[in-house]
Amino acid sequence: MMQEIKQDARIAPSLPVISETKMGVEELDLFYGEFQALKDVTLDFPKNEVTALIGPSGCGKSTLLKALNRMNDLVDGCRVDGLVSLDGDDIYRDVPVNDLRRRVGMVFQQPNPFPMSIYDNIAFGPRTHGIKGKAELDVIVEQSLRDAAIWDEVKDRLKKSALGLSGGQQQRLCIARALAVQPEVLLLDESTSALDPISTAKIEDLVVEFASKYTVIMVTHNMLQALRVSTKTAFFLLGEMVEAGDTDELFTHPKDSRTADYVSGRFG
Amino acid sequence: MLFTLAAAISILAVALICVFLFANGLPAMFQIGIPEFLLGTTWKPGSDMYGIFPMIVGSIYVTAGAILVGVPAGILTAIYLSRFAGSRVASVLRPGIELLAGIPSVVYGFFGLMVLVPFIRATMPGRGLSLLAASMLLGIMILPTVITVAKNALDAVPKSYYEGALALGATRERAVFRILVPAAFSGIMAAVVLGVGRAIGETMAVVMVAGNQPVMPNSIFEGVRTMTANIVMEMGYAADLHRGALIATGVVLFVFIMLISLLFSAIKKRGEER
Amino acid sequence: MTLKILRALVYVGAILTALVLAGIVGYILINGIPHLKPSLFEWTYTSENVSLMPALVDTILMALLALVLAVPTGVGAAIYLVEYARSTSRFVRVVRMTAETLQGIPSIIYGLFGLLFFTTMLGWGLSLMSGACTLAIMVLPVVMRTTEEALLAVPESYKQGGFALGAGRVRTIFRCVLPSALPGIVGGVLLALGRCVGEVAALLFTAGTVAQIPDFGGQGIFALFDSCRTLAVHMYVLASEGLHMDEAYATAVVLLILVVILNTGANFAAKRLKRGM
Repeated sequence: MMQEIKQDARIAPSLPVISETKMGVEELDLFYGEFQALKDVTLDFPKNEVTALIGPSGCGKSTLLKALNRMNDLVDGCRVDGLVSLDGDDIYRDVPVNDLRRRVGMVFQQPNPFPMSIYDNIAFGPRTHGIKGKAELDVIVEQSLRDAAIWDEVKDRLKKSALGLSGGQQQRLCIARALAVQPEVLLLDESTSALDPISTAKIEDLVVEFASKYTVIMVTHNMLQALRVSTKTAFFLLGEMVEAGDTDELFTHPKDSRTADYVSGRFG
Repeated sequence: MLFTLAAAISILAVALICVFLFANGLPAMFQIGIPEFLLGTTWKPGSDMYGIFPMIVGSIYVTAGAILVGVPAGILTAIYLSRFAGSRVASVLRPGIELLAGIPSVVYGFFGLMVLVPFIRATMPGRGLSLLAASMLLGIMILPTVITVAKNALDAVPKSYYEGALALGATRERAVFRILVPAAFSGIMAAVVLGVGRAIGETMAVVMVAGNQPVMPNSIFEGVRTMTANIVMEMGYAADLHRGALIATGVVLFVFIMLISLLFSAIKKRGEER
Repeated sequence: MTLKILRALVYVGAILTALVLAGIVGYILINGIPHLKPSLFEWTYTSENVSLMPALVDTILMALLALVLAVPTGVGAAIYLVEYARSTSRFVRVVRMTAETLQGIPSIIYGLFGLLFFTTMLGWGLSLMSGACTLAIMVLPVVMRTTEEALLAVPESYKQGGFALGAGRVRTIFRCVLPSALPGIVGGVLLALGRCVGEVAALLFTAGTVAQIPDFGGQGIFALFDSCRTLAVHMYVLASEGLHMDEAYATAVVLLILVVILNTGANFAAKRLKRGM
C-alpha cells in the first residue's frame, strides 16, 4: 500500500498528495508545574518542507518547538506526556538527547553567538561531535557559512570575535552554526523577530532554499512570513492546536472560525 | 552638605592611614637602609638587624600555597553550585559557604592549631607548625571568597550561551567547560586575585599555625613568618627603631595590597569592556 | 574523556568544600558544647572561672559603638553617591576609589593605624574608644557599599512619586527611598557587625586585652577609655596561653553562634529586600 503511494508520488511529483513525515507529535500534553502549556496536540511535520507554527503570544507554539529538541528539559518542573517522534523513533526514549539535538538543530529568537571567534563558533558543533581535523573543519566552516549566505561577509575575519557582527549577521552565523552539525531538522524560534526588514528578507530566502535539504519548523509572529515561506501551517490558541493544513488553504479558507479571526487580524 | 561630608570621610580615612603609616614607617626604613631592610635576611631586633626578606618570602609562599589549595577547590565548587547542584543540595551548601565566610579568623586559627597542626606533626616531618599548615588553613579561609565571586561570574554569563551549546548537541559538561568557563574567565580571575588579597593580609590564623620563625624556610614542613605575623608578634613590646621597622613592615604589606587591588580593577575593567 | 575527568573533579571539589565546612563546624561544636558551663557566664573574670561574660559584654559595647560611628557615616556617604553626586565628578571617583581601597586593607594595617593615631597621637590609650574608632573605619566601606546597592535597587518611580507630590529632596529620600532600601541597609549593618565580632588583629593594639567590663558606673563617660577585650580577642588570648583549651572551645562555640545569628539575619534582610521589589 505504502509502496504504491510512494510510487505514485514519484510518477507525479508536481502533485504533493502525500509526503513523508519527518517528525511528529501525537496526543502531546506538556506541563510547567501545574500549568498545562500544551493540550493533546497531534501534528505531523512533512519531510523537506517548511512548517510554520502561528498563534498569539503564550499559545504554546514556542513550547511545542522546544519539545521537539528537548530544550524543555532545562525548565524545572516541565513534564511531557505523549509521543514525539523523529523518523518514527520516540525522542524521549529511544534517541540519546545529545544525538537528538545534533539531528534537530535550533536557531533562537535572539542571536546568541558564543564569545569566541567566528571560526570557533561554527567549529564548536562539529568538534563537539568528534571532528578534530583542521582540514576537515575548514571545509565544514566554509560550507556552513556559504549555506547561510554569510561567507562573503566574514571570510576575511574568521578569527575575529563573532560579537563584532551586526544583529542580522549574528543570526545568520547562528544558522550556519546550526547547519555545521549537519542536522536533519531545523527549528527556528521567531528567528527574525529581533532583526531589521532587510536581514529578515535574507533569512526568509535562506529558509525557502533550505526546504530542499532540511525539514524546517518555524515559529513566527508574522503571518505574512508564514505565508511567504511555509507550505504547511498550524494555528495554536491557549495550548491547543486549532487547525493545521496547507498554508495557502489555511489562510484563504480556514475551517475553524477562530483561525479565521486570527488570520484576518482580529486577535492581537 | 552633611552627605558630602560623610562621603569625604572615606577619603580622609585613606589619607590618614597613608600619612601615619608612611610617616612612621619610612624614616625607620631609611635609617635601616632600604636594601638592608627589604633584602636583608636577618631579623634580630636585639642586635638592631632588621631584614624582612624572610617575611616577604614567607607571605608570598604562604599565599601561593593558599592559592594552590583554595583556588581549584573554590572554582570547582563554584561551577558545581552554578550548574550541577540540585536545588536541595544548593540550598544547604550556599548558606554553609556564607557561614564559612563569617567564621572569625581566630576560630580558623584555633581549628588549625588543634587539628591541622597535630595531624601534620603526626604524619609528616617537622613540628607541625609550618608553611604547609598555614597554606592549608588559608586555602580553606579563601574558599568562600573564591566561590562567591567565581559563582557570580558564572551566573552572569548569558543563559543563551549555555542553551545555544546544548542545542548543538553538546553535553552539559562540554557546554560548561568550553563555553561557560571561558566566557566567565575574567570574573574567575578576579576571584583568584581577591583570594590572594585576603590570604596575604590574613594575620591571626597564620600566627597561630605558621611557627613564625623569622628565617627563610627550606621546606614546606618548616615554620615561616609572614609580614602580618611579624607585626602582630612584636608590636606589643617594640620601641624605637624596632617599632619603626614593624610599621615599615606594614608599609610594605600596604604596597603589596595596593598592587593587588590595582590588578583587580584592571581585570574588572577588562571584563566590563568585553 | 577529559570532560568526564573535569566533571568528576567538580564533584570532588564540591564534596571537599562541604567536608571542610562540616568538619570545622562539627569539630568546634562537639568539643565546645560540653564545656559551656554556667561558670563561663559569671559577671567578673577570674583566672579560675575563665568567664567569657565580660568579653561578651565588651564585644557588644565595642560593636555598638563602632556601628554608631560607622552607620550614619556610611549611609550618608551612600546617599550622597546615589542621590546627589553626578557620577562623572572627580570627587565621586575619588570617594569610590578610596572606599574600594579601604575594603582591601587587611585588618592588621587598621590595627597599626589605630595604634598610631587613636591610641598614641590622640592619647586615648588602649581603650574601648580607640578600638571602636578603628573598627568603625574598617567597616565603613561595608556599610557604604551595601547601602549604595540597596539605594540603587529602589525603583526610580518611588522617587518621582515623592517629587511629584511636591516633597523636597531630603524629605523624599527619608520618606520614600530609605524605607524601601531598609532591608538592604540592615543586611549591610549585620555584615559589619559580623566583622566587628570576629576581629582580633585590629583590636590587639588599640583596645588591648583587659578582661573587664568598662566601669561606666564609677567613671561615667570616661570608662570609654578603659581597655577591654572582645570575645574574639579573648579566644585568641586563651588559645595562645594554652592553659584553658576547654574554655577556648566553648568561646569558639559562642562566637560561631553569634556569627550564625548575624548571617541568618543578613540573609533574611536580603530576602525581604528582594521580595519587596
